[in-house]
Amino acid sequence: MPKAKIKKEVCKGCGLCVVNCPKKILKLTEREINAMGYNYCQVSDPEACIGCAMCAAICPDCAIDVD
Amino acid sequence: MPVFHKTKVLTDVPMHYCPGCTHGVVHRLVAECLEELGVAGKTIGVAPVGCAVFAYNYFNLDMAEAAHGRAPAMATGIKRVRPECVVFAYQGDGDLASIGAAETVHAAARGENITVIFINNGIYGMTGGQMAPTTLIGAKATTCPYGRDPKVNGYPVRVSEMLAQLDGPSYIARVSTHNARAVLDAKKHIRRAFEKQIEGKGFALVEVLTGCPTNWAMSPVDALKYVEEQVIPYYPLGVYKDTDKEVR
Ligand SMILES: Cc1ncc(C[n+]2csc(CCOP(=O)(O)OP(=O)(O)O)c2C)c(N)n1
Ligand code: SF4
Ligand code: SF4
Ligand code: SF4
Repeated sequence: MPKAKIKKEVCKGCGLCVVNCPKKILKLTEREINAMGYNYCQVSDPEACIGCAMCAAICPDCAIDVD
Repeated sequence: MPVFHKTKVLTDVPMHYCPGCTHGVVHRLVAECLEELGVAGKTIGVAPVGCAVFAYNYFNLDMAEAAHGRAPAMATGIKRVRPECVVFAYQGDGDLASIGAAETVHAAARGENITVIFINNGIYGMTGGQMAPTTLIGAKATTCPYGRDPKVNGYPVRVSEMLAQLDGPSYIARVSTHNARAVLDAKKHIRRAFEKQIEGKGFALVEVLTGCPTNWAMSPVDALKYVEEQVIPYYPLGVYKDTDKEVR
């Protein structure tokens, strides 16, 4: 099954993917930041990912690959 | 097979847009449509003045940069000397509906065979949040700090409805980016607007509702909720004109 993979350094931490994921498995970091200074998105439960790419459809920065 | 990879019709230059600004989503949809239609190699885009002023850095296409509001005029010139190319203008609502209102209306009325992608975020984003022609009644902007008052500021312009009255356009639609489903739907209309040009049918415009979290002073998630709950009721989604079909 294809899975979502976040490109941590491209993510701006907007949270749009988090609310669009039907499985509710995307979470923003609370403390860690990337080189741009943003809390970034992580897949909290990769097993539960159904590869639907709803997260990739809404991500404004193409920070998510699904493959 | 990958379900989703970033299209090669976008460059790897990080976009300067604020976190959660759906300008980035619309760039991607345009790029994906051009790639899928197999015309990226012969496409020329015209960037506006506004937050999308650097669009030429993000599209892996031949691009030109127009003076404020003049993108449809520039696109007209490019298309007329290079009719074999696919030519599009990408413009915000300050650019397209205020300073460039004349260029927009006349390119549409002439039925110029170009595609226009119109970003309606109800505000002047780049310059710090001034009122746009599309700002909703009651919405705050730096130039209407107590909210847009029709007695002082007049009424918001529904560009798609207005242009659909003209005989020139072949396709006019309004779409949104408020959630993933809306984005997938938006892509179909953007694709159709490029197909119209490829088929030689004349002026096609897609108005895309986006948020401006920074100048609306909202989180990206709240901004898109606002689009869904407050903006769409004033700017209904749908196809307003399609010369190939009966609409509305
Ligand atoms: C001739 C001219 N007048 C005014 C400006 C200042 N200006 C720059 S961007 C802008 C408005 C942009 O707003 P919009 O088109 O809605 O795009 P957004 O930034 O919201 O994407 C204005 C008035 C300019 N650059 N050139
Ligand atoms: S692919 Fe679907 S299920 Fe997986 S993280 Fe993205 S939105 Fe969630
Ligand atoms: S939508 Fe994209 S930029 Fe926003 S938090 Fe998710 S991965 Fe990061
Ligand atoms: S100011 Fe508004 S329109 Fe401009 S990049 Fe930021 S959020 Fe987007």
